[in-house]
Amino acid sequence: MSSITDSKTTSKLARSPNIDVDWQGLSRNLPMFLLVVGVIWFLISFFPMQKALTTDYMVSSVTDVGNFLLGLVAFFAIIEIVLYIVLVRILQWRYALAYMLLAPGAIGLATLFVYPFIYNIAIAFSNRSLQHFLPGAYDYSLDYGITNFTSVFTGNVLHDTGFWEVFFRTWVWTIINVTFHVLGGLGLALLLNRRLAFKGVYRTILVLPWAIPQVIAALALRGEFHYQYGFVNNMLVGIGLPRVEWLNEPIPAFIAATISNIWLGIPFMMVIILGGLQSIAAEYYEAAEIDGASGWQQFRSITWPLLQPVVAPATVLGTIWTFNAFNVIYLITQGGPAEKTDILVTALFKAAFEFYRYGQGAAFAIVIFFVLFSVSAVYIRMTGALKAVTE
Amino acid sequence: MSTQIKPRSSTLTQGLVRRTHGDSLLKRLIIHGILIFSCIIALYPVIRVFSVSLRPGDRLLTTSLDLIPADASWANYQRLLSSTDFFLWVWNSLLITITTSIAGVILAATAAYAFSRWKFPGRVPGLMLLLTTQMVPATMMLIPIYLMFVEIGRATGLPLVGSYLGLIVAYMMGGVAFSIWILKGYYDTIPIDLEEAAKIDGTTDLGAFYRIILPLSTPALAIVFLFNFTTAWVEYPLARIILPRSEVFTWALGIRSLQAQFNTEWGTFAAASVLVAIPTMALFLWSSKWLISGLTIGSVKG
Repeated sequence: MSSITDSKTTSKLARSPNIDVDWQGLSRNLPMFLLVVGVIWFLISFFPMQKALTTDYMVSSVTDVGNFLLGLVAFFAIIEIVLYIVLVRILQWRYALAYMLLAPGAIGLATLFVYPFIYNIAIAFSNRSLQHFLPGAYDYSLDYGITNFTSVFTGNVLHDTGFWEVFFRTWVWTIINVTFHVLGGLGLALLLNRRLAFKGVYRTILVLPWAIPQVIAALALRGEFHYQYGFVNNMLVGIGLPRVEWLNEPIPAFIAATISNIWLGIPFMMVIILGGLQSIAAEYYEAAEIDGASGWQQFRSITWPLLQPVVAPATVLGTIWTFNAFNVIYLITQGGPAEKTDILVTALFKAAFEFYRYGQGAAFAIVIFFVLFSVSAVYIRMTGALKAVTE
Repeated sequence: MSTQIKPRSSTLTQGLVRRTHGDSLLKRLIIHGILIFSCIIALYPVIRVFSVSLRPGDRLLTTSLDLIPADASWANYQRLLSSTDFFLWVWNSLLITITTSIAGVILAATAAYAFSRWKFPGRVPGLMLLLTTQMVPATMMLIPIYLMFVEIGRATGLPLVGSYLGLIVAYMMGGVAFSIWILKGYYDTIPIDLEEAAKIDGTTDLGAFYRIILPLSTPALAIVFLFNFTTAWVEYPLARIILPRSEVFTWALGIRSLQAQFNTEWGTFAAASVLVAIPTMALFLWSSKWLISGLTIGSVKG
């Protein structure tokens, strides 16, 4: 058995933003925490008034899932036995155990990642849609593929909005959001990175927008942009400004979604940048102070350059997340009014699951993949993740 | 004596703080002002949801900005628990999430061990594949996975679409690549000598994995479990296309269905949000220290 003790690889991977992981502390506390949450939920679930969740349902659902999992286990067991007989008994190969350990995960990834990925390409070369849904009603050909791909760029990806408009809006959305995320996160991190009373309290409260499940936050904010009852308009009235039709007009709707997403995204940047700031040695600043450097000069020539290894990958990551911010757009504006706030991922979702244009949707997905792939390539180059693989 | 020493030492530290730091009183006041203002912005929408959940039915739609309504009541919670499927949704979510997390950890733990300890043919392409999965936006996989599930269902009768079995499979595999990454990295830090010593003492390859590596990796297994758990717990788009009926909704779909009727269910929506958000936020705040590092290591997916 050949061993690979490449601990260097690990450090390279983990290097992105430099945060140490307190592995031991986590494992000590996890069982206790899960137990407490579990007990609380268990108590609530037997709350006398509720009728929806009956014991029958609980039993039958667990049985369903259990049977399904047993089926999966049986399937993998057969595979393992076959592998054992072939690799260990017949071939006596030294990598036999490796392939046996790998088999379940590899089969899973093959059926739920590799196959769908290739299948998606096939769908892009078909005429599948709601009218051509059942087997026999659709077929594959190069012509369909050409039609699908050209219709992504020349036709409408939504009901009556073309690709380039959505593409352009997605980048406006991403750039505005990420800019505010980085600026807001940097500002708050700088304020928090000093000796200050209540620092821990501030930090915990400021992280809350990230801690709330995004679905809840987005839906709640959508309600708060309501014309009459939302607090945003009521505050505007309070300071003597007119109400705004946030969700019924294109530009206000885009602004509402953007504000919501900025609110959601600042804590991540703040935490990451704060981690970066804390890793900068105090000696640099002491030396700068002796030389008489002003606060701004210290920021420009010490803080900002030394933050780059943290800020750069976090920015790329933030760009990818914002580009993919399906929940925020779909739950706050639903792309409306009149598809004026759709971004690429929500447009893709609608093309497939509201207009049922699977063929064109699959072609659209491939185009989006290549757009995002170029961003990912930058990220990979920055963090050196690829080197970790090949070394 | 001690009472005499105390004030002196505190003035000393104060002096030190001021010297190393140099913030004037005015500057500190401004900093606190900005931070308090930011905290209000961060907190206000959260408190608003809580406040709406306490409003009695007839005063749900009000333009008032009071945070604690004058006649606060638990009526919305009572209505939520008695006349909606709230607990059913939470149960479905818990079932899906816990199953996928445990199964995901098992699949990843074994595969990662192979990647970490053997230079088998196909290892580098395999690692590249793991990385590639992280570059594919989740939305892109919706169409092929949905159509594939429909076809498997048609061919075998397995209800992958319409029940949560499909979601369990998809979530399990959605997190597996990332989990393998994390676990492989962690195994790599465990010296191989430990296993070799165990094998000299007479255990098999598999025994060494089970008796040495797994116990030593519990922290990493925990982070992988937590990561899978939180990802599946808050997922929305895939659940939206796989689960059509209210009886099999996850909480995310259920809350969305409450919010859809703005006028009637706004208070119920808020009550449901509070009940889901509190344990989720507690889990997040408690585990964020560990999750953040995990998030930034290799994930590109949203």
